[in-house]
Amino acid sequence: MNASETALRAGPVLRARGLGMEYGRGPGLVRALDAVELEVTAGETVAVMGPSGCGKSTLLHLLGGLERPSSGEVWLGGRRIDQLSEKALARLRRGTIGFVFQAFHLMEELTAVENVELPALLAGQSARSARRRATELLEQVGLSDRAGHLPSALSGGQRQRVAIARALGNEPLVLLADEPTGNLDSAATLDVLRLLDSLRADGQTLVVVTHDARIAATADRLITMRDGAFVEETRLSHGTTRRLGELAGLES
Amino acid sequence: MGRVLLVGRLAARDLRRRPGEAALLLLAITAATATLTLGLVVHGVVDKPYQSTREATAGPDVIAAVVPPPVGGGHADLAGLRALADAPGVTASSGPYLVTWTRLTVNGRRATVQVQGRDAGRAAVDQPRLTQGTWVRDGDAVVEAAFADALGVGAGDEIVLGGHPFRVVGIAVTAASAPYPELTCLSFCPGVAGLVWLSRGDARSVAARARFTSYVLNLKLADPAAAPAFAGAHNPRRGSAPPGTRRSEPEPPILLAWQDIQAASANLVRNQRKALLTGGWLLVLLAVASVAVLVGGRMADQIRRVGLLKAVGAAPSLVAAVLLAEYLVVALVAAAAGLMLGTSAAPLLIDSSAGLLGRTGAPSLELSTVGLVTAVALGVACAATFVPAVRAARTSTVLALADSARAPRRTGWLIRASRRLPVPLLLGLRLAARRPRRAVLATLSIAITVSGIVAALAAHADLGESGASASDPARTERLNQVLLIITITLVALAAVNAIVVTWATALDARHASAVARALGATPNQVSAGLSSAQLLPALVGALFGIPGGIALIAAVGDSVTLPPAWQLIAVVPVTVLVVAGLTAVPALLGARRPVAATLQSELA
Repeated sequence: MNASETALRAGPVLRARGLGMEYGRGPGLVRALDAVELEVTAGETVAVMGPSGCGKSTLLHLLGGLERPSSGEVWLGGRRIDQLSEKALARLRRGTIGFVFQAFHLMEELTAVENVELPALLAGQSARSARRRATELLEQVGLSDRAGHLPSALSGGQRQRVAIARALGNEPLVLLADEPTGNLDSAATLDVLRLLDSLRADGQTLVVVTHDARIAATADRLITMRDGAFVEETRLSHGTTRRLGELAGLES
Repeated sequence: MGRVLLVGRLAARDLRRRPGEAALLLLAITAATATLTLGLVVHGVVDKPYQSTREATAGPDVIAAVVPPPVGGGHADLAGLRALADAPGVTASSGPYLVTWTRLTVNGRRATVQVQGRDAGRAAVDQPRLTQGTWVRDGDAVVEAAFADALGVGAGDEIVLGGHPFRVVGIAVTAASAPYPELTCLSFCPGVAGLVWLSRGDARSVAARARFTSYVLNLKLADPAAAPAFAGAHNPRRGSAPPGTRRSEPEPPILLAWQDIQAASANLVRNQRKALLTGGWLLVLLAVASVAVLVGGRMADQIRRVGLLKAVGAAPSLVAAVLLAEYLVVALVAAAAGLMLGTSAAPLLIDSSAGLLGRTGAPSLELSTVGLVTAVALGVACAATFVPAVRAARTSTVLALADSARAPRRTGWLIRASRRLPVPLLLGLRLAARRPRRAVLATLSIAITVSGIVAALAAHADLGESGASASDPARTERLNQVLLIITITLVALAAVNAIVVTWATALDARHASAVARALGATPNQVSAGLSSAQLLPALVGALFGIPGGIALIAAVGDSVTLPPAWQLIAVVPVTVLVVAGLTAVPALLGARRPVAATLQSELA
C-alpha cells in the first residue's frame, strides 16, 4: 500500500451527498432515492436493510457508478465520480470497486479461476500475474480445489465465494455487495458470512445491501431504508456485533 | 383438420407480431429464388425472338452444306447437295449459295467474315429481313445486324473484304444462322466471325482468293418439327470418316436443323445464364445462413412463448410444427415472389441480340422451374429451421417459461488463447466462442460472398483478357450488368447477415457485456469486443473465400483467369473493413445498454 492509498484509507472512502434517483416523468415519476447522505470510512462495514423496492440496490448501483444519479454527488476515494464519463467510471470500477451480486453473475462458460482472473485481464495485467492472483484469491475463499470447475458444477455458496474472490481481484477500496446471500441456503449463507466476516476483520471496506439480519449483525453500522430514504441509522457496538455473530454461529 | 388450423393460426399470429423479421426472411429467400429463377428461365428468353425472326425471314428448317475435297482440286458434291431439295418431306429450297471466308476491314478494325453469295431477287427460303437499306447488288454488301452492331457499321459505310472495297447498302437479320458472335458454321469454323451477303458474282471474286469455300442449301420441310430427324437421316452416318479426312473424294452434305440454330442463338445468353445460375446457388447458400441466423435469434426470443404453448398442453411436435409452419409459409411466399420477379426481370436483364427480330419477352415458366425453385425455398427454410425448432420443442417447459437463455458453449482452447490478447480481442474471441454455430454461419456467409466477388472479378478479368469487350461490347456490357447485380445482391444479403449476427450477439451477450462492464471494461472495449466477434469470422471467411472463388470459376468457367493479384489481396482487408463498418452501430448500441438494468433483469 503506497502513501496516498494509506492516507485515503484513513479518511472517508465513500461519500454520498443529497443523492437522489428518479425514474420516469410526469404522473409516472418514481423517486427511487431521495436526498441520501452517507459517509463510509475506510475499513468500515455498512449494512443497508429495508423492504424490497425501497431503493437499496439503486443506492449500491449509484455508489459503484453503475448508474448516474438524478441529483446529488458521489465521492469515492476523494474523487467525485457522478460526473465522470462512462470510460472513466469503467476505469474507476476496475481499480477501486468490487461488486458482489445476489445472482452471482459469473460467466457460465468460464471456470472458477477464469472468472476470478477476468477483472485483472480487463485491467491489462499479464495472463500469468492475473492467474497467480486468481489462484491466491480462490485459496483465500477456500475454493482452490474447485479452480477448474465451471459455475454449473459449483454449489450456490461456492459460486458466491467465487464471485467474492472475483470482486477482490483488483484490491478494491470498497466492496459493494447486493444481497450476497439472497440466493443461498442456510449452509451456503454461513460460508459467505464467514468470508465477509474475515474480510471485515482484514480491514476491507464493505457496503452490504441485505435482508439477512445475520449479515447486518456483522456490520459496524446498520442503515434502514424506506421509500428511498434513510429512516434509521444504528452504530453497532463491537460487543453487539460479536454477540450477534455468535448467535449466527460465526464464532466457534 | 383442427390441429392444422391451430398450427396455421398460431404461425400467422406470430408472423404478424414480428413483421420486420418476417420481411427480412422474405427478402433473403426471395433474393435467392429470383436469381435462381432468372438463371433457369434465361435460356428460353431468346426462343421468342428467334421464332419471330424465323417467321419473318422464311427461315430454313434445315440447312445443308458441302465442301470441295481438301486435296486434288476436285469440286464439291453439288449434285448431292441439290438432290436434297428433292428429298421426301422437302417443300421448298433455296441455293446452293457459295460461301467463303475472308478478312473484313472497317474503321481500322479487322474481323473474320463468312461471305455468302446471294441473288438480288427474293429467295423461297431464307429471306434475310432488312433492318436498314436495301438488298445486295453487285459491288454492294449487306451485313448481318448483330455483326454490324458490334462493328458500328451502318448503311452507307465502306468495308474492305479480302482487299476489295464494298459499300454497305443494307443491314439484315436471318434465321439461317445464329446472330454474331454465335455464327452457325457447318463445314469450317474459324472462331468468332460475322456474316456478310454479297452478290453471287462478288462472292465468286472474293472466293477466288480465299483458301476455303463451300456451298449451302436452305430447305423447308412439310413438318418443321421433324427437322432433326431429317437432318439425322441425311447426315453422314456415325462412324464414317469425318469431313475433310477423305482427302480426294467429294464430301457428303452436312445438315443442321433449325432447332440447333435456335439452341446456338441461346448461346448469346450462355454467360449470363452461367453467372445467374452460379450466383443463384450462392445466394441460396447465403439465404440458408441468413435464415439460420434469423431463426436462431427468433427462437432465443420465442422461448417463453414455447413454454406457454407447452404449459397449456401443446405437444413438442405441435410446437415444432408451429415454428416450422411460420418459416415454410414465408418460404412459399418467397418462392412465388422469386418466380414472378425472375421471369419479369429476365427481359430487362437479358437482351437477346440486334441479330434477332423483336425484344425478348417474359419467358414462360416451366413446371420443372416452378418445382425446383419452390423446393429450394422450402429446403432453405427447413435446413435453417429444423434444428432450432426441434431444440425449442424439446426445451423443458419450466426452463422455457423462466425464459432461461441457452447456456453458452465453452471452447476451452479459445478462452485460454484469448487470455493473452488485448481486451477487445479477448472479449471478441470469447463472445464468438460462446456461440460456435453462429460464428460458423457468419464465416460461411462472408466466405460465400467473397467467393462470389472473386468469381465476378475473375469473370471481368477473363472478359478483358479474351478481348470480348472489344469484339462484342454490347454483350459484355450485359454480362457486366448481370455480374454487378449478383455481386450487389450477395453483398446486400451478407451485410444484412453481418448486422443481424452482430445484433443477435449483442442481445445474447447482454448479460456477459454487463458483467464485463461492472468489472471495469469500458463501453468502447465492449463495443470493440462485439465488433471483433464478427471481424474474426469475417477475416477467416474472406481468407477462405478467395480460394473458394477461384474454385468456383474453375468449376463453372470455360477457363480460369485470375483477377490481378492486388484485387485478390485487397479483398481481405476491404471485407474486414466493411464488416467493421456494418457492425459498428449494432455493436455500439449493444455495448451501451444500462449495466444495472441488465444485471437486475436477471433477477426478475
